[in-house]
Amino acid sequence: MSVPTASEDGRQTGPAVPAATATPKAKMSKRQKAKLSRGIQYAILVVIAVLVAVFADWPTLIDSFGRIDIATGMFPDVITMALKNTVVYTFLGFALGLVIALFVALMRLSSVGVYRWLATIYIEFFRGLPALVVFLVLGFGMPVAFPGFNLPQLIIIMIALGLVSSAYMAETIRAGIQAVPKGQIEAARSLGMSSSRAMFTIVLPQAMRIILPPLTNELILLAKDSSLAYILGSSVDGRELAALGRAEIVNTANLTPFIVIALCYLIITIPLSYLSRVLERKYGSADSGVK
Amino acid sequence: MTTTSHASTKTPIIAIRNLQKSFGTNQVLTDINLDVVKGEVVCVIGPSGSGKSTMLRCINTLETPTGGSIVVDGMDMTDLDLDIDAARTRIGMVFQSFNLFAHLTVRENLTIAQTKVLRRSKAEANKVAEANLAKVGLSEKMEAKPGSLSGGQQQRVAIARALSMDPDVMLFDEPTSALDPETVGDVLQVMRNLAEAGMTMVVVTHEMEFARQVADRVVFMDGGVVVEAGPAKDVIGNPQEQRTKDFLSRVLHPGQLG
Repeated sequence: MSVPTASEDGRQTGPAVPAATATPKAKMSKRQKAKLSRGIQYAILVVIAVLVAVFADWPTLIDSFGRIDIATGMFPDVITMALKNTVVYTFLGFALGLVIALFVALMRLSSVGVYRWLATIYIEFFRGLPALVVFLVLGFGMPVAFPGFNLPQLIIIMIALGLVSSAYMAETIRAGIQAVPKGQIEAARSLGMSSSRAMFTIVLPQAMRIILPPLTNELILLAKDSSLAYILGSSVDGRELAALGRAEIVNTANLTPFIVIALCYLIITIPLSYLSRVLERKYGSADSGVK
Repeated sequence: MTTTSHASTKTPIIAIRNLQKSFGTNQVLTDINLDVVKGEVVCVIGPSGSGKSTMLRCINTLETPTGGSIVVDGMDMTDLDLDIDAARTRIGMVFQSFNLFAHLTVRENLTIAQTKVLRRSKAEANKVAEANLAKVGLSEKMEAKPGSLSGGQQQRVAIARALSMDPDVMLFDEPTSALDPETVGDVLQVMRNLAEAGMTMVVVTHEMEFARQVADRVVFMDGGVVVEAGPAKDVIGNPQEQRTKDFLSRVLHPGQLG
């Protein structure tokens, strides 16, 4: 078979080639082209994988990142203490952040100008600051500035994570509230509900459906941000994943603990992102029934 | 259409005096005067942008008037000391876009303001809700979510929701304008029954046939003023003002030029 020439000629000088030999592969259809392009992409991926496998220094790699004995040595502390602390810090920070965010979002939508300005300043300020700076200021700056400022570590972490997350969540909640049709408030007010009752019984429950998926994403971000707690230094049983990982790396002079704590973060975040997708499917496309 | 004469003898349940409303520099209502007596059905017609919806929304102060006064049932709606939430419970309102609470069932839509605002017991609120849902012919939809109902059904539920507060007055803001043509009739029938039962109604509408048959009085608005008002057979059947004639010829004979 003269397939190559046929296809080559088909491209260049189509009409010159006898129809009988040219038709099957004379000119590639769109679908064939897409198939070929995908094949090339797969081939590139395989080549990269093979190159990595061949050229990587496996003994050194395993020795640095994959020491089973070091990994097993981290148990059960990594779960019972570090993972637990990460989860506790995350949820405490999230709970505080959510409360602050709700207040700030309501202020942002207030008819009182001063509230709106304060809320805007708050949001811009904390959204613009790196989480690290917030931790440093709360952990080291405040005790210096105010000698009496001596909060328990857990509270400082909770406040820091709460402040960092609240700015983002406030914007999410504001957008959710604004996505609820204005007619819902008008109907509630026309039935004699006060504006705050209309907000809490009619608007917020509907806004929740809209903001639940993005809030779950914020929870994931917060779980990762909680790793910054390590810079505060902490008592041994207050260590979360990142702090434990660092301590273990110093102790063992090996990088395996990084892999272990990375997996632990995934244990937290993957179910959350699954939850986020479920919520999005459940509420995201739900027919609001309005109009 | 039979009860037009008592307008002058009884004290009005709605009294609008020199009502003005502007949005920024845009004056929407210049000087509205309108009385509605108890049991009267007043239909407000007019071209879009004439201010008729704004006038209606001023009655329960969903829009705050910029001038003039509105007295409903003896309550001065523009008085800042008035408990506006309590006042609104006596003024039912039906919207063009229904505005049923999307996250609640029909039953909850009908009872939530009864229990939370009027402080009725759950049992009593449910009884009232059932009676009013039966009135609009949708008893079987008690546990449905608004999203599963047709537009006409949603609007009938919205009427039942407003009625469940036992209002003295009902305001309708273009109640059939967002409906599919085949569901308009059911909603109008419910409103007709309501009028026959003696409810005081102010209806902003484009349904000329409904206005002709049901309204005691028709008010034609244009450019933020009441141009012409009177019995339906006069205003629609034999308009005096040129603007009314122009408008009616446009809506009654659409497609014809001039």
